[in-house]
Amino acid sequence: MAVTVRIPTPLRTLTGGADEVQAEGKTVGEVIDDLEAKHAGIKDRLIDDKGVRRFVNIYANDEDIRFLDNLATELKDGDSVAIIPAIAGG
Amino acid sequence: MRHRRIESIVDAVGGTPLVRLTCLADEAPGVAIYLKLEYANPGGSVKDRPALQMLKDAIADGRLTPDKTLIDATSGNTGVALSLYGAALGQRIALVMPPNVTKARKDIIAAFGTELIFSDPMEGSDGAIRHVRDLVAKDPDKYFYSDQYSNPSNPKAHYLGTGREILEQVGDRITHFVTGLGTSGTMMGTTRRLHEHDRPVRCIAIQPSEAMHGLEGLKHMASSLVPAIYDASVPDAHMTVETEDGWDMADRIAAEQGLHIGHSAGANIFGALEVAKEVSKNVGSGCVVTVACDRGDRYFAPMRWEARYEW
Repeated sequence: MAVTVRIPTPLRTLTGGADEVQAEGKTVGEVIDDLEAKHAGIKDRLIDDKGVRRFVNIYANDEDIRFLDNLATELKDGDSVAIIPAIAGG
Repeated sequence: MRHRRIESIVDAVGGTPLVRLTCLADEAPGVAIYLKLEYANPGGSVKDRPALQMLKDAIADGRLTPDKTLIDATSGNTGVALSLYGAALGQRIALVMPPNVTKARKDIIAAFGTELIFSDPMEGSDGAIRHVRDLVAKDPDKYFYSDQYSNPSNPKAHYLGTGREILEQVGDRITHFVTGLGTSGTMMGTTRRLHEHDRPVRCIAIQPSEAMHGLEGLKHMASSLVPAIYDASVPDAHMTVETEDGWDMADRIAAEQGLHIGHSAGANIFGALEVAKEVSKNVGSGCVVTVACDRGDRYFAPMRWEARYEW
């Protein structure tokens, strides 16, 4: 189950500069685990022991996963996941 | 000041209250912590000061004329302020922002007749800056780029206003000033004024602890386009604050003190309390001043039907 993950600027240091990476998983949570395996350190930036960190927004096919099933949100082959940064500065 | 009869809303900027945070007193015995309530400005944030100063200075020296449109990149509060004072001064405004700004914020800005232009959401506020630069390069005669990140009028507003007012309000009592870095205008201008005071005032700058953070308005400098007005040598010290600590402090100050502040203000107070604890332990007495950049209601989560994301 391969999905495309869009990576925001502040996390691209972890993906070798890539703004989009491929990851495997049937749910958003599994995709994040796969991202961590490929780009160590990314998981801590996104989730803590309570789930998705309060200020991180993750979208599955353009829908905020908080309004779906959070980390259990199911994904299909070819779906897209986006990590959206806080709007920083000024 | 706030009782005056005025000719224009522009005359109501500044002169904000300085309120003591009594709910934190037990955690730093002997040290008073004061919060400068910048949300009491007409536009609801600290950004009223630089926005008005940038407009006034550019009109005064002819960089901004009635046939030009002032354009800038903004995550919101500067946009609200530029829109408000642009309308008050009869000047057209255009703003570039990522589309993942809340609908309420876009509506506030649009209410003043401002043109909204959207940049790539994945690029955050730096993407908005690059987008403005492209637009201005293509049509330099149409636009005046106020560029809050490079405009000396931004720190000047705090040098002339915020810093002077703090000294009027606490005088020689102040020992420390703490505030977060966004454009860095508040830190640069206020600190320069406080450092001119005849008694030493130690000024401490706050940044988010990591690049991907939720302290809207603040910048993680190491991973950002560094503002031209920013000089890392101006503050006496630097510290970092976790997003969660800033958010929790904002909630606490609303519940315990009746001050419903935004997340960056929560981070400022968290930092101020850390400084106050150190001062309490090592010196025994002191006075720490920090800034409430804006009100918490600017950050209410979008409604279910607003949550759908459009690229």
